[in-house]
Amino acid sequence: MYQYNDFDADFIRERNRQFRAQVERRIDGSLTEDEFRPLRLMNGLYLQLHAYMLRVAIPYGSLDPAKLRQLAYLAERWDKGYGHFTTRTNIQFNWPKLRDVPDMLDALAEVEMHAIQTSGNTIRNVTSDHFAGAAADELEDPRPVAELIRQWSTDHPEFQFLPRKFKIAVIASENDRAVMKSHDIGLRIVDREGARGFQVWVGGGMGRTPMVAKLLRDFLPRAELLPYLEAVLATYNLIGRRDNKYKARIKITVHENGLDEIRALVEAEFPRRRAAFAGVDQDWLARINAAFVTPRLAERDASPYYAARRADPVFRAWTDTNVTTHKHADYGIVTISLKAYGATPGDASASQMRLVADLAERFGQKDIRVSHAQNLVLPHVALADVPAVHAALREAGLGTANIGLASDIIACPGMDYCALATARSIPVAQGIALRLEELKIEHEVGHLQIKISGCINACGHHHVGHIGILGLDRAGVENYQITLGGDPSATTTIGTRTGPGFAYDEIVPAIERLILTYLDLRDGPEETFLEAYNRLGMAPFKSALYEHADRAYAAE
Amino acid sequence: MPRDFNPKVITANALLEGDVVYLTIDDRWSRNLSDAEVLTDEADADLRLLQAQARASEVVGVYLTDVRTTSRGPEPIHFREDFRRRGPSNLFHGKQADTLRRA
Repeated sequence: MYQYNDFDADFIRERNRQFRAQVERRIDGSLTEDEFRPLRLMNGLYLQLHAYMLRVAIPYGSLDPAKLRQLAYLAERWDKGYGHFTTRTNIQFNWPKLRDVPDMLDALAEVEMHAIQTSGNTIRNVTSDHFAGAAADELEDPRPVAELIRQWSTDHPEFQFLPRKFKIAVIASENDRAVMKSHDIGLRIVDREGARGFQVWVGGGMGRTPMVAKLLRDFLPRAELLPYLEAVLATYNLIGRRDNKYKARIKITVHENGLDEIRALVEAEFPRRRAAFAGVDQDWLARINAAFVTPRLAERDASPYYAARRADPVFRAWTDTNVTTHKHADYGIVTISLKAYGATPGDASASQMRLVADLAERFGQKDIRVSHAQNLVLPHVALADVPAVHAALREAGLGTANIGLASDIIACPGMDYCALATARSIPVAQGIALRLEELKIEHEVGHLQIKISGCINACGHHHVGHIGILGLDRAGVENYQITLGGDPSATTTIGTRTGPGFAYDEIVPAIERLILTYLDLRDGPEETFLEAYNRLGMAPFKSALYEHADRAYAAE
Repeated sequence: MPRDFNPKVITANALLEGDVVYLTIDDRWSRNLSDAEVLTDEADADLRLLQAQARASEVVGVYLTDVRTTSRGPEPIHFREDFRRRGPSNLFHGKQADTLRRA
């Protein structure tokens, strides 16, 4: 875990001091809301439907017990006892009071956290593989590079007022667990003829115009990363559209100008940028690397784990879905589901956060991750300790065995909280999960990713859901469109719309029909929902949805 | 003949707490929609909106929203306003819980 140096600490302290004064000036009337709004957004403070919302950055989803305990403290001291983990691996507090926010930011600074650049047209929280440092298939831990990008992009004077927000992800394996190709820039650490560097993907994104990122550079030498990123950002900053918010993301810049033109502009800018870098960034990277040493994992006898699997079917079912192979044979990666049936996806209570912090301290090398799928991860747990971890999680309502299954749903806050939403997402996710639990079929169904967004901005990643659900306002009524065949993995695909949407009380039965149709038509239990869809096409699923024509909502 | 004007109330979020509030006939900000002044005349509504927007040290994001008048007072027409009046549907937080505490 990276530790702040004096510069970092001073910078955060000064920003917090400034924001405290800005809040005071807003309250005493010296600042209007128009003047204050950009200032609060720069510090992650939104005004939502019912209250303010503070979005705290969790860089590349990495936490330690002290940070997670402090988040629990914030939840209890200034919120309603819980936090909401997001698809950008951040955490949101839904009920802070304006006067309290400066104190919340000071409390965050005590554990080297902040809310800077979690909003606004800047480079947002850099995300990465939530199994980084533990995954058997990675070339290296991608987080030091993510940290380098975080330091470079934080308060970067040139990129504080981009045409639109900008999201970067870094991975280091062929298997994409970070939806890298749905980012403005996606980086994959690769080897080429003995040299290590980056594949650079550009122009991915969701929103109203979903696009899969395109390959801008097949190999960028390692030391040239920051000047190259600057060249891309500078190109976008110059020619990205500022006349239309909906056409301002770099995906549109790439689409309208063409990849070749963008590449030519970037390559023309690149030498100028490279000349301005004296190599200091590589010295920094070396220092950052030293802070991310994979823990020395002692050899441990894993036989208690296998004995528990044989003896306890509940434990076995949970390990089948929630424990992933670690690069060390005696260890496992434990994913903690924040998707208990009927619960709000991504929510964790303060006591649950404290329990996870305790487990990380006792069994998990003090390492905790937040995944973009809104779950928590203990990346380094000795298999021998997994039964004890599972028992503690079950007691706290965190023992749900559903990672990668149909009830492990990504859902944005939707109209229950978000001022931009056009419909609710959370109750739809709750309804689907409860129905699946009632039918007891999700283990039979197997791998199925359902993703729900409450508006076209697609924070719930619905475009890349195997089943995607988009909530809209149709003539003053909530209406839900379905897409099928989306894929968030390395073979990123945007889903295809099935047809007319469904009313709020029709959407859960519609999803049930899709799942039952899959079970009827699949070529054996080995064929996943996505594979069956890719083999069969839209027709049988469409028929299952709309042959109940009287139930389908006519408006599109 | 003047065109039909749908009854409206003035709503906003309180500056300090962020709570949803409604403008009353005696110029207070109430947390309860039932206390809101129902505006049935367009010119009157526009004037009241301007007056409310001038109170920037108390509230944020002032706007007019359609209501239907009932025996229980004004009721929201759009589901978004219904959620604003009540609170989130996933947790018993916000106004629904505040109302219970007050009762």
